[in-house]
Amino acid sequence: MQELINRAKELLADGTVARVLGWKAGDLPYNPEPAYFETEDELKDFVYNGFCGANLSKYMIEASKLEGKTMVCLKPCDTYSFNQLLKEHRVDREKAYIVGVGCKGKLDIERIKKQGIKGIESIEGAEITDGADTLKIRTIYGEKTLAYGDAMLERCHVCKGKDHMVFDEQIGESKETKDAERFDEVAKIEAMSPEEKFAFFRSELSKCIRCNACRNACPACSCRKCVFDSNKFDSSQKANVDSFEEKMFHIIRAFHVAGRCTDCGECSRVCPQGIPLHLFNRKFIKDIDELYGEYQAGADTESTAPLTDYTFEDAEPSIVGKRG
Amino acid sequence: MQRIGVFVCHCGSNIAATVDVNKVAEMALMEPGVVHAEDYQYMCSEAGQAKIAAAIQEKQLSGIVVCSCSPRMHEATFRKAAERAGLNPYMVEIANIREHCSWIHKDMDEATKKAVILMRAAVAKVNLNTPLQAGESRVTKRALVIGGGIAGIQTALDIAAAGYEVDIVEKTPSIGGRMSQLDKTFPTLDCSACILTPKMVEASAHEKITIYTYSEVEKVSGFVGDFTVDIRKKARSVDMDKCTGCGVCQEKCPSKKAPSEFNRGLNTRSAIYTPFAQAIPNVPVIDREECIKFKTGKCGICSKVCQAGAIDYEQKDEIISEKYGAIVVATGFDTINLDKYDEYAYSQSKDVITSLELERVMNAAGPTHGHLERLSDGKVPKEIVFIQCVGSRCSDDRGKPYCSKICCMYTAKHAMLIRDKYPDVNVTVFYIDVRTPGKNFDEFYRRAVEQYGVNYIKGQVGKVIPKPDGKLLVQGSDLLDNRQILKEADMVVLATAIEPNPDVRKIATMLTASIDTNNFLTEAHAKLRPVESPTAGIFLSGVCQGPKDIPETVAQAGAAAVKAIGLLAKDKLMTNPCTAKADTLLCNGCSTCENVCPYGAITYEDKEVNDHGIRETRRVAAVNNALCQGCGACTVACPSGAMDLQGFSNRQIIAEVDAICR
Repeated sequence: MQELINRAKELLADGTVARVLGWKAGDLPYNPEPAYFETEDELKDFVYNGFCGANLSKYMIEASKLEGKTMVCLKPCDTYSFNQLLKEHRVDREKAYIVGVGCKGKLDIERIKKQGIKGIESIEGAEITDGADTLKIRTIYGEKTLAYGDAMLERCHVCKGKDHMVFDEQIGESKETKDAERFDEVAKIEAMSPEEKFAFFRSELSKCIRCNACRNACPACSCRKCVFDSNKFDSSQKANVDSFEEKMFHIIRAFHVAGRCTDCGECSRVCPQGIPLHLFNRKFIKDIDELYGEYQAGADTESTAPLTDYTFEDAEPSIVGKRG
Repeated sequence: MQRIGVFVCHCGSNIAATVDVNKVAEMALMEPGVVHAEDYQYMCSEAGQAKIAAAIQEKQLSGIVVCSCSPRMHEATFRKAAERAGLNPYMVEIANIREHCSWIHKDMDEATKKAVILMRAAVAKVNLNTPLQAGESRVTKRALVIGGGIAGIQTALDIAAAGYEVDIVEKTPSIGGRMSQLDKTFPTLDCSACILTPKMVEASAHEKITIYTYSEVEKVSGFVGDFTVDIRKKARSVDMDKCTGCGVCQEKCPSKKAPSEFNRGLNTRSAIYTPFAQAIPNVPVIDREECIKFKTGKCGICSKVCQAGAIDYEQKDEIISEKYGAIVVATGFDTINLDKYDEYAYSQSKDVITSLELERVMNAAGPTHGHLERLSDGKVPKEIVFIQCVGSRCSDDRGKPYCSKICCMYTAKHAMLIRDKYPDVNVTVFYIDVRTPGKNFDEFYRRAVEQYGVNYIKGQVGKVIPKPDGKLLVQGSDLLDNRQILKEADMVVLATAIEPNPDVRKIATMLTASIDTNNFLTEAHAKLRPVESPTAGIFLSGVCQGPKDIPETVAQAGAAAVKAIGLLAKDKLMTNPCTAKADTLLCNGCSTCENVCPYGAITYEDKEVNDHGIRETRRVAAVNNALCQGCGACTVACPSGAMDLQGFSNRQIIAEVDAICR
């Protein structure tokens, strides 16, 4: 972390960048939040630890409109989102100084809490530089320990890899965290009967309180005006009259990001209701992989995306239909 | 609020027998905006159109809905009628209560219910219609013909005769197509080459016709009247201007093991070759896969013996980009692969051949110089069995469901020619039906049976077994005598089903022309527009549209030419005003629409926008209305809904869905 801060100071001092986009400590030991830093003094609040899950690439849409460059800290998975935004002309590469930061998996406070650890006062072992495999958590009920892996976000268990897809420089080591198959959960749902599927999604999506956190965090959901906020289509009004309107919102959202979603997992991470929203997107990714060949959105900025491109080898619509 | 008139057509009894038209008109009056509704026996008649015009004027209608047949039948009629009465033609909507309703239902109550729903959807849409103005686009006075067989040649000749420039693109090294491979033609038995070659020469000599052989269509963009086509002229390795066609190179070429495509692989050809003697152009090509010079770097004999210095090993593929007003597809056919019909022992015995192979065997320029002989041992066969419908009229997925149409006649031709030339050879034909609907066709077939003594057996062959002594044991059934037949034969000829040239899928995709499940190109209307593709500016010639014999192909080729000429003769075309439009305030600038647009109609520009007081320069989509064909691909791809199709806006379509679901 100190290395990052030192570098940020240098870049600010020599005028390479006008500001730094990173994370600052929150009011609790586990909720750092995205923040801009414009002076050396402000950087004293800068943090980078296991709880810095937030994907900062989306912030670069607005930062691209500001004067001067922004130093942005991107984890390996965040760089896919940045590339995708670059491809969609939403961010300006010239306005970004990308520091690819190391990652040893990000922590999921909800998962920690679920394991009965409450009243947390401080957490040791969440620092990116820590070699330790165990978290030491001091709570008002005493000290608890937890294996780092048991506290990780789902997305880190199916990590896409520790390489930054785009960067100007890299700081910090990364650690392999993948220990599960990315599409296993999707395959389980695919195996369900239509009734079971509907029941599953109904039970999950019914928890939705339409807080829009998923939409706000999602780098692919970056429309100037979301169709759900636009009076041009009456989408929200139409969804409203449905007794199960949440499904309309989430399914339409999944369709809108299909082929563009990098599977960064922010939707599920930010959902206050713990809905596994990433499963919708991952189903689309799995289908795209199977129908059109493996494709990872954001792995580069040049390739044509399967859903907006046509080749003679494309699957016939009837095949797509049959698969359901 | 619109003032809408609803006109319900009886279509004689076509609609009225199944739909309570009176009720539909009555219900229409309860719909929002509807101020007039009536039903009439034939809305498309002059009297019907007059009723519409009168209502538009008397009731000051701002939009109308005609509940009638498919818009593909009479939308244009009603739009014109409305326009004459002073209404913008795009304020007319059709509710298809015939094809979509009365024709497919039997129960009057249910059909009426559905007709009312379809009427409601159309009313809901027209409530949101806005007047649109058609623009104009230019017509490039040049036609492209894809395929240089008899269909393509005839179409090109006819278009050129009207004074328009035509280009023929042919994949193989020579024009001529399948017809050049045939020996004699039914029902007159004239020599195929004798009647084809003059046409080939005429096409090649015509000042308005340019022929690109050994070339393929690589890319098509644009639209009716203004297509841009990239043609890949494959490297011939021979300079067409220098070559005199003397043929020495082919004689001296040491690589002679390549199967001859022209002779269906029954013999071989040299690596440098012209497919056949009358080839046009009479300029060979080097098959680089077979050429020793290209494979090893050594050889170069053709270059040494060529007096004209025409051999050019360095020649590269060339891309020619040309503009066309009309495109005619004449890609023809091939015989099907017989892998799934192993019961006929085609892969096991050289003496089981397809009819097209027999054409080559019978032809003086063929592998046996026209002598009828077994390909295994060169002996003259004594017993020949013809098997009809191999892969045609097939109910499982091994073959084709359709009748290949030409097999009955060419089999009668083969049988007759063999009996004529070799009277001691016995000829047996196994058939399901003999189909001879054509001028002088049945007479021809009867001659084979009655004068030439060809033995026709109604029944199919179950199995052909090659015997160790070289004979073929044919196991079949005689349905008329109700008995099983075991017959020894020296040669078996399979009337193999024909299928569209496999390349047609790629070409259809490039042209956005639709094809059916058998890969035949679909016509715009099965009866009334049989030589036009539903895609404007694309015309169909020959077997690419459906099985045909030569006279039918030539007739259709001429018809396709007339349609193309009708288009080329126009100076301007009215464009479809139902084009896409970008809402610059909603546009993200993401380029998704630009990526999916098949017409290259969308570009991006930096534009200053005023978004509720925020002035900024944004990258936004702009649609070129002259290029946009209104396909709507962009509207569904746009994540923010900034792209909308005029005349088919998202709002209009949702209104229709809402009306249906109400």
